Amino acid sequence: MPKSDKAMHTLSVYVANKPGALARIAQVFARRGFNIESLVVSPAIDGHFSRMTITSSGAPEGLEQIIKQMVKLVDVLHCIDHTYDKSVMKEMGLIKIAVDSEGRSEALQIAEHYGCKTVDLTSESMILQVVGSPAKIDALEEMIAKFRIIELVRTGKVVMSRGQKTT
Amino acid sequence: MTNIPIEGGQAIIRCLENEGVEYIFGYSGGSVIPIFDAMVTTETKIKFVLVRHEQGATHMADGYARATGKPAVVLVTSGPGATNTLTGIMTAHMDSVPMIVLTGQSVSWMLGKDAFQEADIFGITMPVVKHSYLVKKTNDLPRIIREAFHISTTGRPGPVLIDIPKDISAGPCTADLHAEMDIPGYKLDTSVDNDTILEIAEALAKSKRPLILAGHGALISRADGSLKAFAEKARIPVTNTLLGKGVFPETHELSLGMLGMHGTAYANKAICECDLLLNIGSRFDDRILGKPDEFCTDATIIHIDIDASEIGRMIQPQITCVADAKTAIDELVKHVPELETTDWRKHLDGYKTKYPLKFKRQGGLKMQHVIDEFYKLSEGKACVATDVGQHQMWAAQFYKTDSGYNWLSSGGAGTMGFGLPACIGAAFGRPDDLHICFIGDGGFQMTFFELATAALHKLPIKIVVLNNHYLGMVRQWQELFYEDRTSGVDLEGNPDFVKLAESFGIKGFNLRRPGDVKRVLQNALDYNDGPCLINCEVEKTDNVFPMIPAGAPIGDMLIELPTKKLEKPTGST
Ligand SMILES: Cc1ncc(C[n+]2csc(CCOP(=O)(O)OP(=O)(O)O)c2C)c(N)n1
Ligand SMILES: [Mg+2]
Repeated sequence: MPKSDKAMHTLSVYVANKPGALARIAQVFARRGFNIESLVVSPAIDGHFSRMTITSSGAPEGLEQIIKQMVKLVDVLHCIDHTYDKSVMKEMGLIKIAVDSEGRSEALQIAEHYGCKTVDLTSESMILQVVGSPAKIDALEEMIAKFRIIELVRTGKVVMSRGQKTT
Repeated sequence: MTNIPIEGGQAIIRCLENEGVEYIFGYSGGSVIPIFDAMVTTETKIKFVLVRHEQGATHMADGYARATGKPAVVLVTSGPGATNTLTGIMTAHMDSVPMIVLTGQSVSWMLGKDAFQEADIFGITMPVVKHSYLVKKTNDLPRIIREAFHISTTGRPGPVLIDIPKDISAGPCTADLHAEMDIPGYKLDTSVDNDTILEIAEALAKSKRPLILAGHGALISRADGSLKAFAEKARIPVTNTLLGKGVFPETHELSLGMLGMHGTAYANKAICECDLLLNIGSRFDDRILGKPDEFCTDATIIHIDIDASEIGRMIQPQITCVADAKTAIDELVKHVPELETTDWRKHLDGYKTKYPLKFKRQGGLKMQHVIDEFYKLSEGKACVATDVGQHQMWAAQFYKTDSGYNWLSSGGAGTMGFGLPACIGAAFGRPDDLHICFIGDGGFQMTFFELATAALHKLPIKIVVLNNHYLGMVRQWQELFYEDRTSGVDLEGNPDFVKLAESFGIKGFNLRRPGDVKRVLQNALDYNDGPCLINCEVEKTDNVFPMIPAGAPIGDMLIELPTKKLEKPTGST
């Protein structure tokens, strides 16, 4: 599971929506031994382009090369490293925990503290939906672990620059 | 929009004509029949060359491009036809050679279903192309072909592959053949930053021992004339990479020749002693760095390259300049005065006298002797292709190259089997010039079937097989670093190369004695009825020097066979 520590890099990539673009980008990382921890792709306002947010772990020295190699790809318009800027970074998580009537109120208390929605509830389980910074989701994960976590799915973070800066 | 639809295949041929294509090198098959048919129905002037193996087609297109500066086209069928191009595409990619590869593909609706002769060539080649396409609509063909040529030939050139399903090339095309490109992510920045140029000029002015390192990039940018003017004006010595041979005349008094693993001793010594290294269009390949951490540690390093991703990849320069080589030099020359380099050049001339490239004329026949004599007899004017191995390094050392586009050698990939087809491709592109192919007995046997292509077209090529009955370069490593434990390098079973040539209708010569070199080579030169082959029975166990063991610092260069035991090299292959 990705933990939002400092060794993780967050990149946004603006790319022409062409077949093979994703594979080419993935290859840039794979060839240099970088792991892609999360990847979010969505259409940009102009449907000819896509937005990608990539979090990746690996030696910081290699990252500059990765960015250059990515920008070199014909389909890539630009790539920005957001690791150290103050961009908005958000992620959504769904956590299914084993909880019966006995633990339910405590679980709901924790959920409320983290602003979670309960999106599914049965006599033995519930699914919590959480939105926020990756760190917040990490924290929730830790707190809620006192119940048995049956499944956990995170979207991976999306990023947007603040103010007039482009992403 | 035109109203009368033409077939996709016809559109392809018309578009290739619009790009100025002269030659298509290829091999037919089921999925490309519509395109082959279009070559007939359009009555095109583009000449088609039927090769004997698809790898040969790619190396021919490669040789054509290296010798002319223009891209050629490769056309092959799907599946095995397409995968046979892989080595040639990778070779071109490593050396930044433009090339358009058209592969046939199974029909669109069968894609991904393991149809007969379906291979995901779009996926397979992805890491070794500059860009690639899988065509989904016949009407996209004109745009894609336009983009492919643009991408392949501009910036840092490279191969572009277009995978064309059979229904696409057989389908109707109504699109305008002069289509607009749509590649917003492909930006070519042709400007040079003036402040950077001034910074470089200032650093040069301060330098006492400057050195220019000229690479293939300078040649691709056609900066040879500018470089000469610049080096002469500023009086800076020049060394060139293997692929940079010809970018600066190697016989020029300022030239130190080739540097690197088997470069000249004086070029490598200059690298160790310079106080400023101006790299123009070389990617600091590991064959010239030795040990990167100890490369030019005391010098100011300046790197000019059109590919931003090359800067800082191996070496962190003090001044970086992302620019086209010619544009940058033409700016730089305006700001650089004549530098006081007399002492430095005298010092280097001392090395030239002390450590000349040399070989013994006594004993058996030497590859160096053959190459050196051919250099003299041809007055250094031939377009030379080499294969890969000892003969390649000796050819680089002894066949001096004085002008661009006359040196074709697989550098980055080191692809055996490259030499003969590359030489053939060059001869198609420049039929009036003399072409010499220096090739080892090993590499020759990888693609010798293209002798048929050379014979059929009566190409003016001299094929010099430097036959040591060994995979010589590997044997050399085993002798030097593995206590002479030869393993898997003895080419016993070599055919009689002269008889082989004759079976293709090609004139063959045998050369065995040093005393015969001049006479036999002169006979080969005088032969003008198509290709000829000279089988040179050379010494079996000679070694190439100077040599910097892979991964060792340049200062550890071996000038001749050392008497003490050597450690296994730490660098790559
Ligand atoms: C396709 C390919 N396979 C293997 C190699 C490894 N290799 C590099 S040089 C060499 C020996 C070449 O022998 P030959 O062609 O006889 O030339 P020589 O070194 O004897 O001049 C080999 C096997 C290579 N470069 N390319
Ligand atoms: Mg050999």
